[in-house]
Amino acid sequence: MLYRESGQFKTSYPADQAIFPIVQDRWGLIAVLVVAYGVVPFLIDDYWSNAVLLPFLCYAMAALGLNILVGYCGQISLGTGGFMAVGAYAAYKIMTTFPNLDFIPVVLAAGLITAAVGVLFGLPSLRIKGFYLAVATLAAQFFLVWVFNKFGWFYNYNATGQITAPPASVFGTLVTGAHTHPAVTYLFCLSFVALFALVAKNLVRNRVGRSWMAIRDMDIAAEIIGVRPLTTKLSAFAVSSFYVGMAGALYFAVWLGSAEPTEAFGIDQSFLVLFMIIIGGLGSILGSFLGAAFMVLMPILLKNVMVDSLGMAAVTAKHVEILLMGVLIIFFLIVEPHGLARLWQIMKEKLRLWPFPY
Amino acid sequence: MARQPIGDVLLKADNISLSFGGVKALSNISFDVREHELAAIIGPNGAGKSSMLNVINGFYHPQQGQITFKGQTRSRMKVHQAAVQGIARTFQNIALFKGMSVLDNLMTGRNLKMHSTMLEQAVYWGRARREELEHRGKVEEIIDFLNLESVRKTPVGRLPYGIQKRVELGRALAAEPSLLLLDEPMAGMNLEEKEDMCRFVLDVNEEFGTTIVLIEHDMGVVMDISDRVTVLDYGRLLAVGTPDEVRNNQEVIDAYLGVAND
Ligand SMILES: Nc1ncnc2c1ncn2[C@@H]1O[C@H](COP(=O)(O)OP(=O)(O)O)[C@@H](O)[C@H]1O
Ligand SMILES: [Mg+2]
Repeated sequence: MLYRESGQFKTSYPADQAIFPIVQDRWGLIAVLVVAYGVVPFLIDDYWSNAVLLPFLCYAMAALGLNILVGYCGQISLGTGGFMAVGAYAAYKIMTTFPNLDFIPVVLAAGLITAAVGVLFGLPSLRIKGFYLAVATLAAQFFLVWVFNKFGWFYNYNATGQITAPPASVFGTLVTGAHTHPAVTYLFCLSFVALFALVAKNLVRNRVGRSWMAIRDMDIAAEIIGVRPLTTKLSAFAVSSFYVGMAGALYFAVWLGSAEPTEAFGIDQSFLVLFMIIIGGLGSILGSFLGAAFMVLMPILLKNVMVDSLGMAAVTAKHVEILLMGVLIIFFLIVEPHGLARLWQIMKEKLRLWPFPY
Repeated sequence: MARQPIGDVLLKADNISLSFGGVKALSNISFDVREHELAAIIGPNGAGKSSMLNVINGFYHPQQGQITFKGQTRSRMKVHQAAVQGIARTFQNIALFKGMSVLDNLMTGRNLKMHSTMLEQAVYWGRARREELEHRGKVEEIIDFLNLESVRKTPVGRLPYGIQKRVELGRALAAEPSLLLLDEPMAGMNLEEKEDMCRFVLDVNEEFGTTIVLIEHDMGVVMDISDRVTVLDYGRLLAVGTPDEVRNNQEVIDAYLGVAND
């Protein structure tokens, strides 16, 4: 009885195990990529690049990383800003020490260094959970920012205490510094983020991803079937920090160009990225992108409507924005913990069956 | 397929004592389980049945006694060790991964059999891909066996209780265990679901030759399907024997059957 239908397995599993088993999803993704690579680079200008696309891509990378830790492995972290700082300062030190180095290895190395730091700060997760872990990661956040302010070695002892990205290029084309082209920086970040989104998607649908989710859902049962809590949690901290570190490097070197630790990597950043994954969808790769897009676009949209169209004072508009954000967070936490990604999925399911409800 | 004959002792517990503060959950319990056997543990609530399973798979560490499994004697089992050695279990209160699909729950049950590195998984290439497909095939056999085809992609948190119990059995089976511990797999089920579960347990024992230790409240079920029954009462061992022997044991009648028949 066990072996019946065994003949059909071989033909169907590779297809069913494919990264996007549903045809519409595959076409949807291809369409997005065609627009992102084939259309956007020709329309882009400095405003779109600096105000919308680069922040979106950098934050999407950070959200991917945080989602792996929080959404997939169930370990809370409020240290994202601090870990982005590690990535940024690692990139800065590498770029200033090896001025001719291609920028790709710089970003990868910054990610790896952040991964190591992340594992270190992830160690308490083996003993503490939930609220207490949140407090421990909050401590990491403040500690890291303090370190980057305090020790001159990190900012090469310059007078301002800021770090500024020197020019660096990828295969001979400038991606950092003052003389970059918006289409180039955009395409570079896009490729990086797209590639690592693919990697994240692969990880979460393979053994390591299932182990993360098993620890998240029921750690005792996971341990009893042979998932090791120690290595699993630390691997989530490592991979998560790797992404957040790369995000920090791109954020500082490609988008901002120069940064000051308290401003650029403060606790606000930690919450911003956390809100992105809550609104976008915990435990969803797509959600990381939706959340990042939402949090980057919403303030711009609100400002356009409230200040430019309705003539509201900028300060009032800012307050309304914060209020709205709070309401949204509460809504998503209580009503739809799986965020925009889940809403999108429900809509797709409805559409696929349309016009027949059942 | 004919049932495999009962073989040598696979698991032996000697003089196990376990207490929580003042509560003696197990006092000086010894029993054994033979290969291919379907052994049952019965007893009233709080008798120490679940504690016994927890000792066997290393989740509780007894203050006294020894566990011998596959010829190796230890004063305590460790959880990971138990898994590696081929002990799988289900829980009295379902302990599934609620946010994961049935398929992913079962695939996780096979995690110890998969060896690809994180780098290979990141690119889903070579060994990682091969392993996923190979183990997916195995898991599909179990899905087929337990009639879970229609829910394989459903997050288990959305499934009804009876199906969840079945998925949990599936996750344990996915590990291809040599010893399967089932903690009240039929509790809270209706008659039809109980019959299904009973058949699955028997089929597992017969078709795969899996040794099973079953905790069950329903005396009828236990007497029907098990080879040997161990009776616990307030942490003490009351009787061991075939269902017939146990049924006719005066102490058991007084302590347990008497109560059950009230
Ligand atoms: N983790 C624990 N902490 C404290 N007491 C426990 C624990 N587990 C079991 N016990 C106690 O041990 C006794 C036996 O429990 P248990 O093994 O669950 O019984 P059964 O499964 O036969 O109903 C009970 O008195 C129970 O309260
Ligand atoms: Mg019990």
